[in-house]
Amino acid sequence: MNKFILVFVLSLLPVTSFASGSDSPLDKAKNDITDQASLQRGAKYFVNYCLSCHSASYMRYSRMAKDLGMSEDQVMANLMFAADKVGETMNVAMRKQDARNWFGTSAPDLSVVARSRGTDWLYTYLRSFYIDESRPFGVNNTVFKDVAMPDVLWALQGLQKPVYVKEKSHNSDEEHEVFKGFEIVQQGSMTKKEYDNTVRDLVNFIDYMGEPAQLQRKKVGPYVIIFLIIFLIVSYRMKKAFWKDIH
Amino acid sequence: MVKMMTDMLGWVDDRFPLTKLWNEHLAEYYAPKNFNFWYFFGSLALVVLVIQILTGIWLTMNYKPDAELAFASVEYIMRDVNWGWLIRYMHSTGASAFFIVVYLHMFRGLIYGSYRQPRELLWIFGMLIYLVLMGEAFMGYLLPWGQMSYWGAQVIISLFGAIPVIGDDITLWIRGDFVVSDVTLNRFFAFHVIAMPLVLLGLVVAHIIALHEVGSNNPDGIEIKKNKGPDGIPVDGIPFHPYYTVKDIVGVAVFLIFFSLVIFYWPTLGNWFLEKDNFIPANPLSTPEHIVPLWYFTPFYAILRAVPDKFLGVIAMGASIFVMFLLPWLDRSPVKSIRYRGMLYKMALIVFVISFFALGWLGTEPPSPVKTNFARLFSVLYFAFFLLMPIYTSFDKTKPEPDRVTS
Repeated sequence: MNKFILVFVLSLLPVTSFASGSDSPLDKAKNDITDQASLQRGAKYFVNYCLSCHSASYMRYSRMAKDLGMSEDQVMANLMFAADKVGETMNVAMRKQDARNWFGTSAPDLSVVARSRGTDWLYTYLRSFYIDESRPFGVNNTVFKDVAMPDVLWALQGLQKPVYVKEKSHNSDEEHEVFKGFEIVQQGSMTKKEYDNTVRDLVNFIDYMGEPAQLQRKKVGPYVIIFLIIFLIVSYRMKKAFWKDIH
Repeated sequence: MVKMMTDMLGWVDDRFPLTKLWNEHLAEYYAPKNFNFWYFFGSLALVVLVIQILTGIWLTMNYKPDAELAFASVEYIMRDVNWGWLIRYMHSTGASAFFIVVYLHMFRGLIYGSYRQPRELLWIFGMLIYLVLMGEAFMGYLLPWGQMSYWGAQVIISLFGAIPVIGDDITLWIRGDFVVSDVTLNRFFAFHVIAMPLVLLGLVVAHIIALHEVGSNNPDGIEIKKNKGPDGIPVDGIPFHPYYTVKDIVGVAVFLIFFSLVIFYWPTLGNWFLEKDNFIPANPLSTPEHIVPLWYFTPFYAILRAVPDKFLGVIAMGASIFVMFLLPWLDRSPVKSIRYRGMLYKMALIVFVISFFALGWLGTEPPSPVKTNFARLFSVLYFAFFLLMPIYTSFDKTKPEPDRVTS
């Protein structure tokens, strides 16, 4: 009997996620959604570097102000460049047709991109642009091959090129190239560590933006679970009391 | 005060069988006293049904069944509606919870022979509930209008196209358009929020009436009605209320703890309850590289893909569900419960459970030659469990059943 229960319980445990859709392994974002200072910095980077082309049309400035511990005046003065009222969502002035003419494709809305791509993908992607003269904007990306987006953060990160090392396969003498990371060609305004932290803040904000309610649900969760545990104890004792005479 | 209440009840009882219904279905419905862990899932299915109906009503208040607005309206619920995220996660988690609970409930029926005479019709009503539930889940999954909603529906509907001669006309008739479109979304919404739930509720009532007519089976698979005391009450029976109502509340509490852990801490359950591709709005011009149905359909989806011919695959998939209806007549064992069955049945059951999970996993994977061959193997084993049942259950060495229920 018990082995059936065991088989079922074990099989209900989920195997985490399907294929990520990318061949190269992703770096862990390790962002912390409860770190409000990081979210505020991320919001700053987002409105300065992303929001000129990418909209986040489900995200309201007022909601951001509330969740990130800022006043609406602070948001309007420092973070709102493309809207008049704080209750508006993060839309962009760039028209879809213009984007297609300039970049070959329209820039996707980023409201829920953290939920479709995942934070690790975003963190790796934003650090994986490299020089490729064959591309229209002179850059390519190891995570998103032939991406239409230019390297908008290059001034911070600098320009880099991929390093390949020749390695022999285990079972044959054929040599093949293995990607071993990047090498900075032209220094940006930030060190590698500073840049990684900047991207982490940005990804943190995008993660928050994908589901603002996650701040709330993780706060409410413990109370609900504690209530249910108390309810379980009470109901279990009630059951015991009622079943005293059943043998 | 008490007299007034009694008088009022009398007044109602003269006009509506309130006390009679209460007694027949709760206070004087005698259930075997030896129910175990597996007997929680019937009442839990009812709890989940209520959760789905209530959260569904509130979602409907803010959802827009329009191809232009649907995706955004779901995000609106998630962000701007007070507690909208909670209602939405309860509904999305509830859908998967419904199938988990129902699969465990069906498995209970399988191991204790609850489908056997005189409970054949009870089993068939249950199977019909399962069928309607699959339709309900399939149509509901289109509503968020994400990429996986859209392409999942496109793929599943196109299966009907494999039917010779009339296939294309049928798919056109289902979609109401040449591709899945706003028209399809509107009609699926209508089916999901009213047509299917009505049928579902009717079937649930029929399922419970049938159950209370024949009485509950139990882990020993023996009939408690064969052994009645002088008062005409089964010796091993106890009134459903209060004994099983208080017991089922404990089950509900445990269930709600797991349910809440998912809702508050891991609502996507790593792609199993909410798929990441469904956070990309539906785009008829861009096919996702890997289209999969949600986990509760994948065993049957794997059987479909295991068959090289599309039409035969559709037939095999249909047969894999239909064959479950036949269980009451396939089982020839003199005993009902697994407790008194022999090795043959136990081996067959283990092979079946492994096959079901293996198919469920294979159905989520992109096809490859090796995986397709495994899917074929497990499909054959899946069907063998049912189709060979008349043989192995009649040869099986069973143990004698007890006269009274054991604990």
